[in-house]
Amino acid sequence: MEDSNNAHSPNEPENGKGSSRRNFLKNIGLAGVGVATGAAALYSGHIFEAKKEVSGDQKVLLTQDGKLVQVDSLEIKALEKTGEDLRESQSREGIPGRRWVMVTDLSKCRNARKCINACQDAHQLRPEQYHMNTLQMQDTPGTAPYNMPKNCQHCDNPPCVAVCPVDATYKRPDGIVLIENDRCIGCRFCMAACPYSARIFNWIEPKDAAIHEGQEYNAELNVPQKMGTISKCLFSADRLREGKLPYCVEACPNGVYYFGDENEDAVTNGTTKETVRLSKLLRDNGGYQLMPELGTKPRVYYLPPKNRLFPFEEAKDETPEKV
Amino acid sequence: MTMDDNKMTFEKITGDLTHHIRINKGFLAWMGFLTVSLLVCLYAYSLQLRNGLGVAGIRDYVTWGMYLANFVFFVAASLIGMLISAVLGLIGMKWLTPITRIAETIAVAFAAVAGLVIVSDMGRPERLAYVFIYGRPQSPILWDVTVITTYFVLSLLLLFLPMIADMAIIHRKVATLPSWLKPVYKALSLNFTDHPAQNKIINRAIRILLILLIPAALSIHTVTSWLFAVTSRAGWDSTIFGPYFVSGAFVAGSAAVIIAMFFFRRNYKLEDYLTDMHFNNMGKVLATVSLVYLYFNINEFLVPGYKLKRADAVHLQELFAGKDALMFWIVQIGGLILPILFLLFRRFRKPLPILLISIAVLIAAWFKRYLIVIPTQEHPFLPIQHVPHNFVHYSPTLIETLITIAPFILVLIIITLISKFFPVIPLHETAREKGIEHIKFD
Repeated sequence: MEDSNNAHSPNEPENGKGSSRRNFLKNIGLAGVGVATGAAALYSGHIFEAKKEVSGDQKVLLTQDGKLVQVDSLEIKALEKTGEDLRESQSREGIPGRRWVMVTDLSKCRNARKCINACQDAHQLRPEQYHMNTLQMQDTPGTAPYNMPKNCQHCDNPPCVAVCPVDATYKRPDGIVLIENDRCIGCRFCMAACPYSARIFNWIEPKDAAIHEGQEYNAELNVPQKMGTISKCLFSADRLREGKLPYCVEACPNGVYYFGDENEDAVTNGTTKETVRLSKLLRDNGGYQLMPELGTKPRVYYLPPKNRLFPFEEAKDETPEKV
Repeated sequence: MTMDDNKMTFEKITGDLTHHIRINKGFLAWMGFLTVSLLVCLYAYSLQLRNGLGVAGIRDYVTWGMYLANFVFFVAASLIGMLISAVLGLIGMKWLTPITRIAETIAVAFAAVAGLVIVSDMGRPERLAYVFIYGRPQSPILWDVTVITTYFVLSLLLLFLPMIADMAIIHRKVATLPSWLKPVYKALSLNFTDHPAQNKIINRAIRILLILLIPAALSIHTVTSWLFAVTSRAGWDSTIFGPYFVSGAFVAGSAAVIIAMFFFRRNYKLEDYLTDMHFNNMGKVLATVSLVYLYFNINEFLVPGYKLKRADAVHLQELFAGKDALMFWIVQIGGLILPILFLLFRRFRKPLPILLISIAVLIAAWFKRYLIVIPTQEHPFLPIQHVPHNFVHYSPTLIETLITIAPFILVLIIITLISKFFPVIPLHETAREKGIEHIKFD
């Protein structure tokens, strides 16, 4: 690095000869790179100018994130992505401008399990496979038991996404953690990493696999399920794209779930269809998150099980003995 | 020493160390047995390929079962190559010479098979290449793949380089060699003629490899421990998992080397080379690494046991007095504390007693990995509810057991082949140490 200084330094004359030759070669190299870069710049400039034609015909278009823009008709090009490619890029990019959030009111849950059934129907799940599962909780021996619907928490710092070796599970800008089961290698590191036990695995041939054979994978619906890959709650990303509430939220008969957009500070109750301010709902009812000490930053909030609408009943287990 | 004495000695050494290189009935019977057993296990694996991982006992909560425990065990056993060759070798322990190749053979065999073990745990093994195509450097799995491959290549080179001189000697000097093997040895000898310049290059290369081997070996088991320690689960969420795993690996590996030494000595008649002194010293090595491992065990259980945070309390309760207690105490006492006590006495460091101790240590080492991997998953943070009974408690199936045994058979096949067709004890190096300065090549 210091050769050029040394070459003229009177203190080290013995270095002079060798390093001046080196400098000469270095300079030739630099000059060569400079010429090449300049030529490339000129050429690309020429190409750019040649292409810059204007028709004067201006079109008004609506962009994906809802803005009106004006562009020259010659600049409009057909989207190269079609079909599966488009769906894949959409399912990775999410719904622009949104930050989806869920609020689960524990005081209203009576373990009706309607959310679970709707979810399992939509995602082609077996009875023992849960994206959403209602747990019978009791925090300490002295405190009251309660029902707690538990799904993927769609963490903003998701441990599952961090450990995935192949980018088969990913976090979208709209907050949803999705799975691409065409990519999943079935290592189950994400299951080991998830503190909420939110992930399930297709240990055997999925439900109705023969019927859905050859069907194209839809990441936003997570169907068809594939043997040897992961599955989990995805906030019904397909429904959100249609402007509808998630399957579980819609199916709840007891008003347990609110779902909405954190950016709008608004959530809608799936049963009453009433829309309320998210911040006010959390503030007035003492909203909290599961295991915040783990630093996972969940996108699901819970409202505490106080003034419960229903008495707590021990749940019957209806799953098969062995699968 | 006269030239004649040297010649006699050299011929005796060559004969002693190479007379087993021939195909005999015992070898064929043993290989036949291993092959048939392997085929049975491969049939079990074909069932898993067809019907999914569901043929094993693992389910949504205990999602990593015996396959993962087996993987950890295999990586652990492979670490011994680094302890024997690199650490002890570089500090100049001369008595190790006849053991280095045994240790390297074990390292190569276990490291090679560890990669296959992890494939048997994949839900989609046909997508293995995705790890390289779509690999994300954030995932410890990528780190593991990288360091295990590196360690395997280094170990393979370290097995091969000292063997170049041996190949040259064998293809020229061993008359009993089967004729079809001669060209193989000639090719592997890379025209070695015992020229000082050749020896200098080989020795320098070996030294560089030995130094590189230390960080590579530490990495493979540290990273393997991180597959668990990077999660927040009770029993895995530990900052000392790296050294805890590495020290445990030395225990398992030392035991494996002692077992291999015993059988090579007996089957290949190597009593003059693998002496009681070697078993005695390996006994001391095993006792030392076991003491270090005991120290990490005390740290690993006493500190969370003192605080008893909620999840840790459940985990430790299961291990100390619950459903896993029997296995836990047999492993800790029978596989760690008792061996240390026995190995303090010289009479237990004789070949037969130390063989028995090492077998106990090695079996316990496998079950120890089982105890590290499985119980933690049986009590996650949130309760396991509304799932079939076999989701709650893990019990391995027959197919799963066969697929778990397969890697052991593969390791035995690799070790048998290497030891059968190459000198178990470095020939050239042993000759040097017995005072033979230059070997004439014609």
